[in-house]
Amino acid sequence: MSEIIDILISASFWAAVIRIASPLILATMGELICERAGVLNLGIEGIMVIGAFAGWMAVYQGMPLWGGVAVAMGAGMLFGLLHSTLTVPFGLSQHVVGLGVTLLATSSASFAYRLMLPEVTSPPKIAPFQPLHIPGLSDLPWLGAALSQTALTWAAFAMAGGVAFTLYRTPLGLAVRAVGENPAAVEAQGLSVTGLRMGAVIVGSGLMAVGGAFLTLSAFSSFFFEMVNGRGWICIALVVFGAWRPGKAVLGAILFAAFDALQIRLQQTPLGAALPYQLFLALPFILSILALILMSRRAEVPAALMVPYNKGER
Amino acid sequence: MRLEAIANPSAARRLGLPALAIAATMLVAMLLALIAGANPLAVLGQIAKGALGSKLAILETLNRATPLIFTGLAVAVAFRARLWNIGAEAQLYAGAIIAVVLGTGALGGPLVLPLSALAAMLAGAALLLGPVLLKTRLGVDEVVTTLLLNFIMLLLVGYLLEGPMKDPMGMGWPKSTPLIPEARLPRIVDGLRLHWGFALAIIAAVAVWVIQTRTTLGFEIRAVGQNPEAARFAGMPVNAVLVKTALLSGGLAALAGWSEVAGLKGHLSSDLSPGFGYTGIIVAMLALLHPLGVVVTAIFVAGIFVGSDAMSRAAGVPTYIADMLMATALLCMVLAILLTRVRVVRG
Repeated sequence: MSEIIDILISASFWAAVIRIASPLILATMGELICERAGVLNLGIEGIMVIGAFAGWMAVYQGMPLWGGVAVAMGAGMLFGLLHSTLTVPFGLSQHVVGLGVTLLATSSASFAYRLMLPEVTSPPKIAPFQPLHIPGLSDLPWLGAALSQTALTWAAFAMAGGVAFTLYRTPLGLAVRAVGENPAAVEAQGLSVTGLRMGAVIVGSGLMAVGGAFLTLSAFSSFFFEMVNGRGWICIALVVFGAWRPGKAVLGAILFAAFDALQIRLQQTPLGAALPYQLFLALPFILSILALILMSRRAEVPAALMVPYNKGER
Repeated sequence: MRLEAIANPSAARRLGLPALAIAATMLVAMLLALIAGANPLAVLGQIAKGALGSKLAILETLNRATPLIFTGLAVAVAFRARLWNIGAEAQLYAGAIIAVVLGTGALGGPLVLPLSALAAMLAGAALLLGPVLLKTRLGVDEVVTTLLLNFIMLLLVGYLLEGPMKDPMGMGWPKSTPLIPEARLPRIVDGLRLHWGFALAIIAAVAVWVIQTRTTLGFEIRAVGQNPEAARFAGMPVNAVLVKTALLSGGLAALAGWSEVAGLKGHLSSDLSPGFGYTGIIVAMLALLHPLGVVVTAIFVAGIFVGSDAMSRAAGVPTYIADMLMATALLCMVLAILLTRVRVVRG
């Protein structure tokens, strides 16, 4: 027990929590925007993969790090355009299209990687984002170490605030939320349901891809085929756990990251040595299922989630 | 734009649009070949030759199709009731684990095969039962729970292969102890490398077709899939139908893993399935969820994968082209099928 307390009060633990939470926050916000507009985006897992790959490859080819982030976002938005074209104006099954987009994005990344680096056996590295030194803050005891984070992490948290502000404090956000609840009423206001939903999916997909790029540009410095490893599906669970609210979703991501950081550290204790390490690796997925069960009765699902809208049809 | 239903779609529309989807996929294949710096027509030819060019190639394609028929059927059955089982991959491994548990000496004699097949189906069914009960009782979305279970199951397999099931003769490779001869599915014809799993898959497809067209359950599954509210209003036990569908679907997916272990490999390893569970979704969608169609599309999809492997060795185009083509075919086909029923009008 005292081991766990030692872990929980260490600054390095909380630095890891914030670091692990960052890509989850980016992708969860992306999914949340899509779902608030009424579109379930199961392309998330593949879009994170293509973001991780495209951002990394751009930097590997000589672009600056922020250029890599922009390329990742652009790649994600392209797949968002594909997803939303099929699911919004054509109203095709969001399950089938989403899985198709995940498969297409994942295999595109693998195909392009093999094509561009046919001979490589160990993945090449890039120089990733480094922790920012913030005068004053970084010199504080404990807090300075816990908040020793890269610019992309700060950007992730700022973005979450921006999404919350836009959704709840601007006319655009009101329209996006309304289109996920009652699209006919939005249409009656003279706004385009198709435009709002497609826009939400495209922007959301861009954020998911940046979440993926966080893995290659900030957390690690190489691209691996299996690196996203179910994080996208976990983010879908986080949206439900956060009851489709940005603030709660961020808290959920941090809570989740805390468990993840804890299990990594527990593996190195006597307790961890006694248990199979696969049990610890399975913990994030088990927790996600538990979170879904826990929230099942309470969540206020957007009323028009997964309901395609066709003008003049009731 | 908006969509307008077509009352009586013409035969040209119903056949032409799916053909167009296939043509579009081939166009993408040629485009990818060009990007990879290969001759597009030669690449298509090499894929076809690699899949069907020799007796060996055809047998390899049919072997590869076997698990895809099972997972395709599992998905087709579930999707027909709008039960989104994306967990065929996990159910496949559940079946594979049972094949090893019962096939390495726990049972002997002629009953090993039928008993282990039955137990495998039960294990797969049980694995899908959880997510379905969560859906019917608590309204938890089964897409996410079945997806997450795939990852948990793969970790369980990893643990079993490093621990309780580890092959002491495995030379450090993570694979299980081999099955005893009585637990192995024999070949259909002596000397031809095709095991009875393929025949069982065809029998399963016919059985599912009979269930869907000739039984009350089949009727209920369709009714629930088309309109659950109406089905409930008509007095149908919607939740019970979903549970029965799940048991059937999970059982079918488990047979994929069971037949791979008992028929093809003879042991379990963590790379037993290169995503057969996920590819089953494509197989089922391309077959328009028709059980007999699943057999055809599974062989087609298996051919693309086997052919792409051979083509990749010869032409140097990455083998991932097969996955890209399958995703493209899936997206083009769902759009084509929609456009056979509706037309796009302005306004």
